[in-house]
Amino acid sequence: MTVSTAVHDVVFSAETAKPAPMRAGFRTTGSIVSAIVLVAVLASWEGCVRAGVMPAFLLPAPSNLVLMFATDILSPAFLKEALYTMAEIALGFGAGAVAGIGLGAAIALVPMIEQIAWPYVITLQTIPKVAIAPLLIIWFGFGIESKVLIVALICFFPILVNAVAGFRSTDARQVLLMDSMDATKWQLFRKVRLPNAVPYLIAGLQIAVVLSVIGAVVGEFLGASAGLGALLVVRQSNMDVTGVFSVLATLSIIGLSMNLAVGLLSRRFAFWMDTSVKI
Amino acid sequence: MGEPAQGQAFDMPRGDAKRPAAEVLPYAAAAGAPPLIQVQDIAKRYESRSGDSIDAIEKISLDVPRGGFISLVGPSGCGKSTLLKMMGRLLPPSSGRIVYRGIRQGEIKPRLGVVFQESLLLPWRTILDNILLPIEVMRLDAAAGLDRARKLLATVGLEGFEKKYPFELSGGMQQRAAIARALAPEPELLLMDEPFGALDALTREQMAEELQTIWMRTGKTIVFVTHSISEAVYLSDRVVVLSGRPSRLLDDIEIDLPRPRSLDMMTDPRFGTYATHIRRLLSAKREM
Ligand SMILES: Nc1ncnc2c1ncn2[C@@H]1O[C@H](COP(=O)(O)OP(=O)(O)OP(=O)(O)O)[C@@H](O)[C@H]1O
Ligand SMILES: [Mg+2]
Repeated sequence: MTVSTAVHDVVFSAETAKPAPMRAGFRTTGSIVSAIVLVAVLASWEGCVRAGVMPAFLLPAPSNLVLMFATDILSPAFLKEALYTMAEIALGFGAGAVAGIGLGAAIALVPMIEQIAWPYVITLQTIPKVAIAPLLIIWFGFGIESKVLIVALICFFPILVNAVAGFRSTDARQVLLMDSMDATKWQLFRKVRLPNAVPYLIAGLQIAVVLSVIGAVVGEFLGASAGLGALLVVRQSNMDVTGVFSVLATLSIIGLSMNLAVGLLSRRFAFWMDTSVKI
Repeated sequence: MGEPAQGQAFDMPRGDAKRPAAEVLPYAAAAGAPPLIQVQDIAKRYESRSGDSIDAIEKISLDVPRGGFISLVGPSGCGKSTLLKMMGRLLPPSSGRIVYRGIRQGEIKPRLGVVFQESLLLPWRTILDNILLPIEVMRLDAAAGLDRARKLLATVGLEGFEKKYPFELSGGMQQRAAIARALAPEPELLLMDEPFGALDALTREQMAEELQTIWMRTGKTIVFVTHSISEAVYLSDRVVVLSGRPSRLLDDIEIDLPRPRSLDMMTDPRFGTYATHIRRLLSAKREM
């Protein structure tokens, strides 16, 4: 590809929001470089630990971490803990998303509900959700319910706020178009307001993904009989640094795969929006 | 929006309020039938938030006969789009009223096809799905609708683009898709706001010719806003000339040229007379 056509592609991509070949080229070059950096860091880390520069009980060698992680994910006991945490995240995230999107649509579209609910939303939003967690543990116990609630609560607000913005962002001219076809309120919602809100909803979900993992782990720190957060506490008290790293890796894999899932949603439903967040 | 009749609303004998025949009449409207649209003393003032307001339309009355082709011309910002929206009951007038078929209360609003000044295609729908939108919304027969949509795609020269998304089309192509969408539900009344604005001169003439053909074949009633005087004369039964804002009716000119009109007719001296007359009206007002 010549330079001049490459420049052209970039110019057009700004208009059509399609990734241009040139940019894709940058992206692959970037990935190669970052992979090289990763390998270099790991290699020197391994070297430092083996040479005794770094004490292994504080920072184990990467090879040991990989070994530990492999043992963990092959052990049914560990998988049980992971599944427990994943269930908390999935249930809490789902409940937070349904409630946030539902109430968001209601607030944006029904003035009465907006007047009633909005002051509470604004007030409650300022409370750090993690700080409510101890209360929820007292109220709902050490079982899965309290953790699901914490996750749901922590996911709820960013999803709600984005949903309100999304359902309010309907283009008045598109409403006029639907009016010209004598569309019902439901048709207007289904065919214009909802698709128009999707990029906002996805932005909200993306924020909630990160928060949901935090919520679950914090909840388990505060009091849980099972889950990766509880395991983390146990391993910490045993000074099992390798084990802690293994849990961290599992948690980040959970977060990453949820991120990926939301990214797929975005690619499927928000492709038409040039500002949609690309992962 | 059937607001209660008030005051002068009863000046028409009740007997006139019978429903016109259901079948579509030929473009020369049947004598004695009430006009499809009566614009009665309509005025529009836009209230702005800061308290000051813009008088867009001072007072306009005008009849659009069933099957007629009426063009609105006037300087930019005079209220053509405003008037067109009010004719489709998409915007409430500040005073005056729109009457369909001479029936003041409980009338049936004609099925609308609207081409807005912007294409307003839904960006998440393919071109074909955009054209099918009115068929879905109005719950018309889906199979027949799909058939019609495909034919319309060909009519506006967009075959092969049905699976594309609006952002993959040029501005002119988007506008042609919007025209196809407006025609898809076979509307009785077609409101077109500068539909050919984004087209090149040649495509524009072809589309004008095609529109005349469609109109003559289907007997639709068309109200057409344009900035092109020759386009207005070429297409219309009547050209309505509006003054600058707040707009009033400057003239309502019957275009007495035989149909079907060919593009060659634009060199006809009678054509030139009409065009010159309209141009003089518009430029005289600008100088004031
Ligand atoms: N929603 C609105 N709110 C306030 N003022 C408006 C609104 N829409 C139009 N106007 C004003 O009303 C006047 C008429 O607008 P309109 O869009 O009908 O003009 P137009 O004749 O269609 O112009 P053009 O030929 O440029 O499309 C303009 O001066 C405009 O400023
Ligand atoms: Mg206009």
